[in-house]
Amino acid sequence: MRLWKRKRDNAALNSILIRRPIQRYFWLFLLPTFAAFCVGFLYPFCKGLFLSFCKFKTTSKWTWVGLTNYAKALADPSFMHAFWYTAIFALVSLIIINVLAFAVAYVLTQGIKGSNLFRTVFFMPNLIGGIVLGYIWSMIFDGILTHYGTSILLETKYGFWGLIILMCWQQIGYMMIIYIAGLQSVPEDMLEAAKIDGATKWQTLWRVTIPNVMPSITICTFLTLTNSFKLFDQNLALTEGRPFIMQAGGLTVKTTEMLALNIVNSFYSTNVNSRGVGQAKAVLFFILVAAIGLIQLKSTRSKEVQQ
Amino acid sequence: MSRHVETLSQEQRSKRILTFTFTVIAIFYVLPIMLVLINSMKSNSYVNMETFALPNANSFVGLDNYKTGMTFGNYPFLKSALYSLFITVASSVLILICTSMAAWYIARVGSLFGKIVYYLCVFSMVVPFQMVMFTLAKTADTLKLNTPWTIPIVYLGFGAGLAVFMFTGFVKALPLEIEEAAAIDGCGPLRTFFRVVFPMLKPTMISVGVLEIMWVWNDYLLPYLVLDINKYRTIPIHIQYLKGSYGTVDLGATMALIMLSIVPVIVFYLTCQKYIIKGVAAGAVKG
Repeated sequence: MRLWKRKRDNAALNSILIRRPIQRYFWLFLLPTFAAFCVGFLYPFCKGLFLSFCKFKTTSKWTWVGLTNYAKALADPSFMHAFWYTAIFALVSLIIINVLAFAVAYVLTQGIKGSNLFRTVFFMPNLIGGIVLGYIWSMIFDGILTHYGTSILLETKYGFWGLIILMCWQQIGYMMIIYIAGLQSVPEDMLEAAKIDGATKWQTLWRVTIPNVMPSITICTFLTLTNSFKLFDQNLALTEGRPFIMQAGGLTVKTTEMLALNIVNSFYSTNVNSRGVGQAKAVLFFILVAAIGLIQLKSTRSKEVQQ
Repeated sequence: MSRHVETLSQEQRSKRILTFTFTVIAIFYVLPIMLVLINSMKSNSYVNMETFALPNANSFVGLDNYKTGMTFGNYPFLKSALYSLFITVASSVLILICTSMAAWYIARVGSLFGKIVYYLCVFSMVVPFQMVMFTLAKTADTLKLNTPWTIPIVYLGFGAGLAVFMFTGFVKALPLEIEEAAAIDGCGPLRTFFRVVFPMLKPTMISVGVLEIMWVWNDYLLPYLVLDINKYRTIPIHIQYLKGSYGTVDLGATMALIMLSIVPVIVFYLTCQKYIIKGVAAGAVKG
């Protein structure tokens, strides 16, 4: 919103030289992207929202059922389990990843030998795809656990901590890059002033450095949070929700299944009659992720104002 | 004076200890990839039992796993690699050209429709894929977008949000005078865009390009749902199919394929490292 106001001052709107001729080429400049956007996002989104209130097997055959799907989704124990599992996972991974990434970034900005090489190495796992990552680590974990006569697929706690280790390996490098950028922008004279005033390293870190990298901390916090909530590939490849537990009513709860995987499974794995419920779950999931995004936007904006 | 020298050497010593510690950590960091390489040269039964041992006379099979891996799962690996490569390159090029043009239109025309498209794009960035996946796959089917040759259009549609957002922000920061000068000199909008604006967009092009390449190359769910996977498989689909569908798989051959799929990524990373790290940092601060 701020951007548009600034632009109006820019007198760009009045520039007949630029504006009119481009507008005549609407079909070439904007239309292709807009058409693809309608096919790839807008139409599927609206149709998906609509279908969450319907019972359907295919997108063309549906009957209106109102809020039944939402009631069923919220009453589904596997969905609620996936929600809490994801939330706990998000919290634990958020703390571990951010603390370690900040520590690594802090050391690498102290001018130790080989900083660039370390940065290169730590960032590398980030480029490997989730499916491949999952299978690399499932080989490693099973390589260890076989000697104890068990497997990552047999115990929930192994699946949980396994995924935490995997995500740390993948994401610490990424967050480290953001923290390094933040640490490098801490004003040098502030650090110097702290040194002259006789502050210890520890005091300087807490009183000067950390308050100055707050924007980076906010960004990384929310990035790790949304990444964990949207996590799918790694979850699918590492455990696929195993181990399963049969409940009294004949219901199966996949103990290491996260939200995204739960939604995909209710569309494609279980009976096709639950697709309406799956779509309702997807809408709830969207609201959750969008809410986290909005809070992030708010908090980064307010931080900007303070500075 | 002497105390000053002493503290300096102490600091140097602590730095040396840190370098040493980080060297050890870095070795552990690359260990998983080394393990994939080691295990890709062992026969199947040894991968699970002696994961951490170097290959010995019993377990070493040389490059046999790579040979069997090529046709593993009744699907040539090379074919899936070529599909992955084509889809990644075509989608990224399409996204870069189309969204930069759209962003220029949005920023310079400032019409109500342009603003609506812009805000819809921003909105699409917070929507998770699971929200649209079922209807998107069906829409792609009806419109015959379900082949590797047409899937870039789907990627353009779903990935437009971030790219339009980043490009629009950058175009707004460009000085208008240069484009006006080009227009006065008789350039039409097309020439102005491709000869004047396009070159100036290069830094953002690289950032957006890196993000799109990383996304499309590693993407699993979208192509899995859109493409007919008996005919067309990308590398992630192929690897998931091999591990997911069979009860007991040839782990050695799977490791060989995983190694083959990591190597291009690492080569890409080491050659364009500077741009990748910059692009990632730029993409992260998008909020």
